[in-house]
Amino acid sequence: MAATAILLALAAVPPLCAALAQPYYLTLFARVMILGLAAMGLNLVLGFGGLVSFGHAMYIGVGAYAVGILDAHGVTGGLFHLAAALAAGAALACFVGTVCLLTRGIAFIMITLAFAQMVFFLAVGLKEYGGDDGLSISARSAFGPLHLDDPTILYYAIFAVLLLTLLAGHRLVHSRFGMVLRGAKLNERRMAALGFPVRRYQLTAYVISALVCVLSGFLLANLTRFVSPAYMQWQVSGELIVMAVLGGTATVLGPLVGAAILLLIEEALAAFAMGLPVGVEEFVRDHRLGALGLLIVLAAVGMRRGVYGALAPSAH
Amino acid sequence: MLRLEDLVKHYGGLAATDHLCLEIAAGELHAIIGPNGAGKSTLIGQLSGEIRPDQGRIVFDGRDITREPVHRRALAGLGRSYQISSVFTEFSALENVILAVQARSGHSFRFWRRANTETQLVQPAQAALAAVGLSDLAQRSVASLAHGERRQLEIAMTLASKPKLLLLDEPMAGMSQAESAELTQRLATLKGSLTIVLVEHDMDTVFALADRVTVLVAGRTIATGTGAEIRADPGVRQAYLGEQEESW
Amino acid sequence: MSVIVLLTQLLNGVQLGVLLFLLSAGLTLVFGIMNFINLSHGSLYMLGAYFGAAAYTATGSFLLAVVAATGGSLLLGLIVERVALARLYAREHLDQVLATFGLILIFNEVARVTWGPSSVYIDVPGTLVGAVDLLGLSYPRYRLFIIGVGVAVAVALYLLIHRTRLGMLIRAGASVPTMVGALGVNLARLNALVFALGAALAGLAGLLAAPLMSVQPGMGEPILIVALVVIVTGGIGSIRGAFYGALIVGIVDTVGRAFLPELLRLMLSPSLARAAGPALASMLIYLVMAGVLALRPQGLFPVKHG
Repeated sequence: MAATAILLALAAVPPLCAALAQPYYLTLFARVMILGLAAMGLNLVLGFGGLVSFGHAMYIGVGAYAVGILDAHGVTGGLFHLAAALAAGAALACFVGTVCLLTRGIAFIMITLAFAQMVFFLAVGLKEYGGDDGLSISARSAFGPLHLDDPTILYYAIFAVLLLTLLAGHRLVHSRFGMVLRGAKLNERRMAALGFPVRRYQLTAYVISALVCVLSGFLLANLTRFVSPAYMQWQVSGELIVMAVLGGTATVLGPLVGAAILLLIEEALAAFAMGLPVGVEEFVRDHRLGALGLLIVLAAVGMRRGVYGALAPSAH
Repeated sequence: MLRLEDLVKHYGGLAATDHLCLEIAAGELHAIIGPNGAGKSTLIGQLSGEIRPDQGRIVFDGRDITREPVHRRALAGLGRSYQISSVFTEFSALENVILAVQARSGHSFRFWRRANTETQLVQPAQAALAAVGLSDLAQRSVASLAHGERRQLEIAMTLASKPKLLLLDEPMAGMSQAESAELTQRLATLKGSLTIVLVEHDMDTVFALADRVTVLVAGRTIATGTGAEIRADPGVRQAYLGEQEESW
Repeated sequence: MSVIVLLTQLLNGVQLGVLLFLLSAGLTLVFGIMNFINLSHGSLYMLGAYFGAAAYTATGSFLLAVVAATGGSLLLGLIVERVALARLYAREHLDQVLATFGLILIFNEVARVTWGPSSVYIDVPGTLVGAVDLLGLSYPRYRLFIIGVGVAVAVALYLLIHRTRLGMLIRAGASVPTMVGALGVNLARLNALVFALGAALAGLAGLLAAPLMSVQPGMGEPILIVALVVIVTGGIGSIRGAFYGALIVGIVDTVGRAFLPELLRLMLSPSLARAAGPALASMLIYLVMAGVLALRPQGLFPVKHG
């Protein structure tokens, strides 16, 4: 029920924005979906696999840079962009995942962070592609008659990718593969004793989850027509975790809700009158990151299942 | 069925397993007992593959498995239960057993179809639940099961994975007298249909069930034989009476 | 000539390593004892720098600045630990990451509100201005002072951990937490103590770094990430691991940044070397850490269990 309502609301954003002549909110909700997609991807390993990756922002970067770099060389074909992004992401995720899965617990968190930092500094070092300052993209990925330059078409393309990912995610967590992944989260030792080569399944999940983030990066580059190392700052990896946990890690849709909450609250603190006394209102607006931090701490201390997790029946 | 040849495992200067040799015949129920610190846990760990021996060989069903990882041993037919009941608490009882069946029915790189609608997984799982008398609780979340019921579920899972040899690591630990009597009975009915290695503190169970008993002290076997032989063995009496008189 | 440059860079590496050690010592113990991941430790470093800078500007006494930095962060650490973090010890790492990530945002805003968004600078204290002659090598006196303080703290921590009852409990807590609890020790109090000690050292590190870098909101995060690299490389829960890990990371980072670009110039085309050099130098410590973890998942100096 809640899921249908959320998706219908997202589908209704473009006509509403057109009616209210507020194109800015189209971009805002496109961002919500893109980051929600990345958080959903992360949540496959985080929520269902119990593997806390603190480096998934690097895959957003891979997807975005694939578009940026190919565009800089005059390649505008969307399928080329997509294929390059996914191939690069899969290769990186296979390598990084294999090394990281040698460790568990805190060491896993840290080593995923270390790899993300490496890729971040690599991007900073790509002086031909803007280095620290990033790189503007001259034209959006070309998909024949599908003109992503039209904001509404771009919005619905992102929406379609989101829907497909949701469906696939929902099937996956209840499939044999999902059972193994969730079982390994609960009791990895026991899974091995039952005869499952656990690491192989975890690596597969890691690669799938990375590819969803690559997809999100690909869409982000097309939305902003810009890529920069900032897309893969460690704070972004942290925010993805925040979104997943805020929305609820036990559900497929939860991270999308978390992304919406995080981005919309930040937007609301920045843009809307809150009816607070003069001075206080200014103060909150100027220091909204602190307010957000407070919210995150409260959520972590007080909430066990996330906002969406509390509304919807759990996936199990 | 299972042969340990000159197995050695050291922790620092301490020999937890000290040139251990042991032969377990197909179909027998072989109990391993010994005082605390005799190296039983280390031995179980080496059998299931979680601990790698420093030296020696483990041959299972005619195959050297000394260097095989845990999941390969499990697929080769070496099943084990844990000292601490370790079922998957977020899953239903049925899903727990489905996982056990799934492990033995091909790879699990299947991403689309719901596992709990696959007949080839559900049917054997239900049969295993019925065998331990848990059919009524199939859909219940394991978190809501009582301790004894979880242990029975554990047995159902082990059975569903159709092992050739079953490693039971203190299955009676933490059970009430009635529960452990029931489990003893169930094990008695399993006897003969598969090989069982039983590590147990509860001596009544050991002598009621075991075909043969091996006594482990300081990482070596000091005696192997039938229950009666072990009871009569002066070396065993001394090893035990010195430390654990009340057990006898 | 180049020997002198190399020695200078090595000393700079040691100096960075010492700062990293001060930051890592408390963090690694809390990691080890409570299995707790605290991303907001860098905020204590930042706030320590602010406390110290404020005291130094007000009084002109560096000694008072040290007292303010360590005392202030100690108190703050105690409050944060009791109010928020202690509730999270029994939770998953995920909740811990989340909560302490939120704390970072809060503390950065607190710093921005209290001291403004722009950087605060403080001078090297008068007695430590200038250079020392080390067998023909001229080296800044203040950096040498940092190394001295760091080594002194390391020795003091060594004595604390190996010679006192508190140290025995900390060691036991890091290897077998349940046993310490079973012995009837108040694990919560032990951990609050360790946490406060770690916070004080982080504050001290922040103050010591202040004359070399600027004091500004968000200054704690980059160095926190490096401190996490130190801890994981050295072995979680081990002071010895933190010490050697910090020195390794400090030296690798400093020497790598100084010489790697030139080294690459010898092997690659100039344009490629110019592009790859700085990037590779920044990646070096992460490469070291990934290598260590891949080969020894427990780190270089793992705490012995059992």
